[in-house]
Amino acid sequence: MSIQDAPLQHNHPDSLPPALEKTIVKSWKAPIAYGIFSIIAILLFVVFGREGVSGFRLSTDSDFVQIPTIEAPTRATDIVLTVLLLALTAYSAFLVSRDRPVRLWITVVFAILFLIAFLTWAAAGATIPVPGLLVGAVGLSVPLVFGALGGVISERVGVVNVAIEGQLLAGAFVSAVVASVTGQAVLGLISAMAAGVLVSFVLAAFSIKYFVDQVIVGVVLNVLVTGLTSFLYSQVLTKNTDLLNNSATIRLPRLPIPGLSEIPIIGPVLFRQTIIVYILYIAVAVVFFALFKTRWGLRLRAVGEHPQAADTVGINVARTRFWNVSLAGAIAGLGGAYFTMGSVGSFNKEMTAGAGFIALAAVIFGRWDPIRATLAALLFGFASNLQSVLSIIGAPVPSEFMLMLPYLVTIFAVAGVVGRVRGPAAAGKPYIKS
Amino acid sequence: MSQPTVPPVESGPPVASPPEPSDSSVAEPRWHGVMREIVGGSAMISVLAVVLAMVAGGILIALTDDKVTAAAGYFFARPADLFKAVWDSVSGAYTSLFQGAVYNFRRPGFIAGIKPLTETLTFATPLIAAGLGVGLAFRVGLFNIGGRGQMLIAAACAGWVSWSFELPYGLHLILAVAAGIIGGAVWGGIVGLLKARTGAHEVIVTIMLNFVALYLISFMLKTPGLLQAPGSNNPKTPAALPTAVFPDLLGPQFNLHWGFIFVIAATVYVWYLLNRSNLGFQFRAVGENPNAARVAGISVNKMYVYAMLLSGGLVGLAGVAQVLGTVTTGFSSGIDAGIGFDAITVALLGRSKPWGIFFAGILFGAFKAGGFAMQASEGIPIDIVVVIQSLIVLFIAAPPLVRAVFHLPKPSGVRLRRPRAQTAAVTK
Repeated sequence: MSIQDAPLQHNHPDSLPPALEKTIVKSWKAPIAYGIFSIIAILLFVVFGREGVSGFRLSTDSDFVQIPTIEAPTRATDIVLTVLLLALTAYSAFLVSRDRPVRLWITVVFAILFLIAFLTWAAAGATIPVPGLLVGAVGLSVPLVFGALGGVISERVGVVNVAIEGQLLAGAFVSAVVASVTGQAVLGLISAMAAGVLVSFVLAAFSIKYFVDQVIVGVVLNVLVTGLTSFLYSQVLTKNTDLLNNSATIRLPRLPIPGLSEIPIIGPVLFRQTIIVYILYIAVAVVFFALFKTRWGLRLRAVGEHPQAADTVGINVARTRFWNVSLAGAIAGLGGAYFTMGSVGSFNKEMTAGAGFIALAAVIFGRWDPIRATLAALLFGFASNLQSVLSIIGAPVPSEFMLMLPYLVTIFAVAGVVGRVRGPAAAGKPYIKS
Repeated sequence: MSQPTVPPVESGPPVASPPEPSDSSVAEPRWHGVMREIVGGSAMISVLAVVLAMVAGGILIALTDDKVTAAAGYFFARPADLFKAVWDSVSGAYTSLFQGAVYNFRRPGFIAGIKPLTETLTFATPLIAAGLGVGLAFRVGLFNIGGRGQMLIAAACAGWVSWSFELPYGLHLILAVAAGIIGGAVWGGIVGLLKARTGAHEVIVTIMLNFVALYLISFMLKTPGLLQAPGSNNPKTPAALPTAVFPDLLGPQFNLHWGFIFVIAATVYVWYLLNRSNLGFQFRAVGENPNAARVAGISVNKMYVYAMLLSGGLVGLAGVAQVLGTVTTGFSSGIDAGIGFDAITVALLGRSKPWGIFFAGILFGAFKAGGFAMQASEGIPIDIVVVIQSLIVLFIAAPPLVRAVFHLPKPSGVRLRRPRAQTAAVTK
């Protein structure tokens, strides 16, 4: 496999001239970014700091192991955390001035400290239920992660997938109807995948067979699926809700995993979920492994990066694209099922509410990598759930700005502020066999 | 799908691929296929696409009709019942669509009868404006999906001017319109600037800016002193002052307002700009082939910025038409009414030509006006109109599909694009 891999690695170390190997690009980006956030921290947490006590509840009432609620004096905690942030900024500046790279862990630690400082500030005089916050975040992230996985596969094979929203919505609709009529959860899940595949078929047929621009097909498909599901919802589902859209039949039970679900914090968040979430864990791992470690993944990426080369070595570009776009649709459709079967129960008009576009943002922010895209989706889900938790505890943060965050972050990402973002080379380009 | 078929002549492959990889800010070969689709298609395909989409919509209406389902239950006993039920439901739907959109024969007198047509033009007003914006961007090789955000920002700007100042008639209206257009232009210009400076893809940036604008406007609508009506807790703005509202065009019995005249003027302007002006020539050159345009001395990045400014301004005019013409009693964050997305379908149906967009906008305005009538009289949800519109665009985007359905021959006018594309594809 390593020999087959070689043509795809453009920056193979052996091919570089020896002089380039020692070149270290001095980048002040990281210290500057840390500095800006430190200034924000000083202004928000110290100058305009809030008095009171911030509470963090770490366990739910039903937990086997009870952890006492942490209570911290808001101002003192925030001052300490701000000093730590400043220290990290100084350390990163020191590293850059000595021509040493700023490692990823510094960014991670910085982000976590900033987040804790922000939560402490926001929770002055109130208590944040940490497990609740995280459970909600995972809940909001599940369809985003499925959508992002679908997006990654589709774009890696060279078909830009703007239709994630449509695939999610189709999955949500069909799974609700099928699960409600048959009462079989498995059938509901399979039909959700089939619905996503159907949307993908149209996307694939128009973009691969008829060479229609992929973004246009994607946009139009979103509108088409929205119109179709809304029409059928008003015309058919509302007339017979008990049979066709019965939330009691549709909704999946939560299946706590024995043992694991009793771990403090992690247990309730990750292991007291519905079957869809457990499928998600497997799906992320499988997609990552398959994309980078198997023949299938290598071919897929080759078709997306350089279809001519792939064609030359005997890979059928059109067929590879067609089936992988369909697979992407199946995964996204499963994410759609989470909207109905996994959370609310019944289907509602336009219930995905832009989740497909956040998933698309996660694909780009995650740089077309399944693991990074998953993390990005989790981050976006966390941001939007944090917004609702903060508005419940009455923190002085306008919820709209928290909701805006994923989109702003994505704009910064594509504008090159947060690292360089480069997608698969042939994504969006129809391949015409000569 | 097993074999990649030979491309149909007019739904072309992308023309010259650029030597640089796709992150280069101006390398945009993927839109060239679109350009060809939009510019090079025939009117016949458009008409047939509309027919095909209407047939599909009719099937959908018949399938979900209660009487049809009931008649299908005893199909083998009395098959004629089924056909009658299907005919009743579909013809009833499309008759009421027509009566709601063009002329209502059931109402007495010409004034009452023709009212639906003026409603159609009222609905068409913002659609044409936004369609012109999207179409203009298409001609420069840009895809502006940001209609929603640009409309929202424009509506907020125009609305704010319309109730914050007390100015004489005429001047107030002009200022409010200008504020809206500038607002939309700025929101669109951000996209052009980001694309020119950093190579950020405009599709992604416009999608994201839609949501940023939505949440920004929602925040301002909730915050007293910004957009919220004083003394109210609802996320709704105050009403526009009468001095800033578009006057009625045909008298008070019709809803049609002067915004329609503005839109006609905008159509003429865009036609002049694209076909007769120096800037328009540069626009089209960049849209056809950015690399050739650069070699010819055209600043491609500048064109992207100008195009997005103009595109955003035109879409902004749609937002202005909404707040100063249609919804003058104060608006909420749903003021865009999906027009930003409809505009894409309008621009595609009009093949990005100003007058094509004008008539496509009127057609979709008719669908909208008729859709409401259909919903009221036949109980068929207006969402069917969305389905028909998106099907129209899908069919138009793939002429070979329409030709296959109607067994039409391939057009004889063969343009020799293929060899060029082949070499380009190989030398990527």
